Amino acid sequence: MFYREAGQYKTSYAADQATFPILQDRIGIGIILFVAAVIIPLFGNDFLLQAVMTPFLVFALATIGLNLLTGYTGLLSLGTGAFMGVGAYACYKLTTIFPDVNIIVWIVCSGFFSAAVGVLFGLPSLRIKGFYLAVATLAAQFFLSWCFIRVPWLYNYNVSGAIEVPQRSLFGIPVTGPNSAPVTRYLIVLTIVVVMTWLASNLIRGRIGRMWMAVRDMDIAAELIGIRLLNTKLLAFAVSSFYCGVAGAMMVFLWYGGAEADVFSINQSFTILFMVIIGGLGSLVGSFFGAALIYILPIILRFVPAELGVPLNAATVEHLTFIIVGALIIVFLIVEPHGLARLWQIAKQKLRVWPFPY
Amino acid sequence: MRAPSESDIAAGEVLLAVENVSLSFGGVKAIRDVSFDIRKGEIRAIIGPNGAGKTSMLNVINGFYTPQEGRITFRGQTRNKMRPHDAAAGGIARTFQNVALFRGMTALDNIMAGRSLKMHRGLFWQLIRFGPAMAEEVEHRLRVEEIIDFLHIQHIRKVPVGRLPYGLQKRVELGRALAMEPDLLLLDEPMAGMNLEEKEDMSRFVLDVNQHYGTTIALIEHDMGVVMDLSDRVVVLDYGQKIADGTPDEVKKNQAVIDAYLGVAH
Repeated sequence: MFYREAGQYKTSYAADQATFPILQDRIGIGIILFVAAVIIPLFGNDFLLQAVMTPFLVFALATIGLNLLTGYTGLLSLGTGAFMGVGAYACYKLTTIFPDVNIIVWIVCSGFFSAAVGVLFGLPSLRIKGFYLAVATLAAQFFLSWCFIRVPWLYNYNVSGAIEVPQRSLFGIPVTGPNSAPVTRYLIVLTIVVVMTWLASNLIRGRIGRMWMAVRDMDIAAELIGIRLLNTKLLAFAVSSFYCGVAGAMMVFLWYGGAEADVFSINQSFTILFMVIIGGLGSLVGSFFGAALIYILPIILRFVPAELGVPLNAATVEHLTFIIVGALIIVFLIVEPHGLARLWQIAKQKLRVWPFPY
Repeated sequence: MRAPSESDIAAGEVLLAVENVSLSFGGVKAIRDVSFDIRKGEIRAIIGPNGAGKTSMLNVINGFYTPQEGRITFRGQTRNKMRPHDAAAGGIARTFQNVALFRGMTALDNIMAGRSLKMHRGLFWQLIRFGPAMAEEVEHRLRVEEIIDFLHIQHIRKVPVGRLPYGLQKRVELGRALAMEPDLLLLDEPMAGMNLEEKEDMSRFVLDVNQHYGTTIALIEHDMGVVMDLSDRVVVLDYGQKIADGTPDEVKKNQAVIDAYLGVAH
């Protein structure tokens, strides 16, 4: 009843191809951005900013990165964690070598290093597909993980083998390091994620996005309309790794404040892949849903027993959380194998005709 | 669409020639020493019983298969093998026997994808999708909308093609091929699995494409009524060999063709 496009006439193709062609969507995204950029920083406590929202946005960006590769181009990758690591270590090296350059610049630039590495490990994708490509990217994961531990230059010969984020400021306000306020870091992460999500949504609706999806859906026909498979796939690897790299740099610099090599292990790759699958392959909004379900849901569940006054010790709650989240993932996948994004689409479709059944 | 007068080859001259092409997969000889040509502006049918090598022939013209022997001359350029993107850039478009659409994309996006080669704005402009990038997008959208009007598929513009019925999928696939503004359009069984009405519609589209846009068409088809009505010349393959070549009337009377289709008494 309220969510429908009836009466919203488009008079130009440009209007028809806008990011949010439906008025209600524009209002909705406006409210979400207002809440995220104004309400949460004003009224949220440090826990919400530091331990919920910032990680959620970082994961969402990494999920978008992998979704561009797996969901839009159809190339399965298990190297996400490693590509995030490349971003984090590149950012760390850059800011140690050039400490005067603004850290935000380095966070974004570190994406280029991870894009280059991504392209290198994407080369086999011309000849191999599906699970076999996943195994080839696994090689990237193990090789890069090994580098993060065995190449001391990467962590400045630190005895602990970890990278520790130095303090950097923006306009005199500390943005990284122990003295920075969670709200500052949250706002920076939010800005980067919003801008990069917008860029990604532009990309997938244009020529390049169509080429990626063409390769995903039917590579023979794609070749036939003049799409060069290798270039297209490598571009997908580059852009995807760029996103993952920026997410990795933000993870260390704006969330953890320091990290060891095992942060970027194969587990990280799997976590991101699960977020992509549960959120919905080939959907940007799904990437946010997936990140929320896997990262935020356990946090909420952990508070439920305490709020209800059920006396359970922390370990039991932790175990229960694992069980419940695992069960929910299975339930969601059975209900809708195409992920939360499809559920969202169905819900929108139903809203359009509400209160009538069809 | 490219008007015939713009083209470097006048109507009636040879647009594509296949000379002595042989193709085998291991011990199986799919095509044996086949030569024929396709003239600018004509509708050329390739017929033959199942397994005669018709689709293999199209795949050779397209560049999916590399023939062991023979040459392909397209627009005066002779080569031993085509590459798929060279064929596409040179103006050869194609539809498939079993629909090869991008199933996850809408009909509109499928046809827009057909214009990938014509769009040139790079990654930077695609990312911001503003100004020149949007202008390019709209410019090509206009051309695509012309094709959508031509094929009467306005109502399914925004429907993911996976959900469309078969007949409409075939039409969208034709639309995608037309979006490339091809000089030569290869149609692999465009009417397979269609009912009479759909066949009539599709025949009309094929004729319109040929007459209206001046596109040269090579088609494979099993429905002899359609082939004889539509085509200017017919080449007949059997067991990978060319057994006849000529106008529909000549081919119809050819004893080898009759034998191939009906069998010979032993």
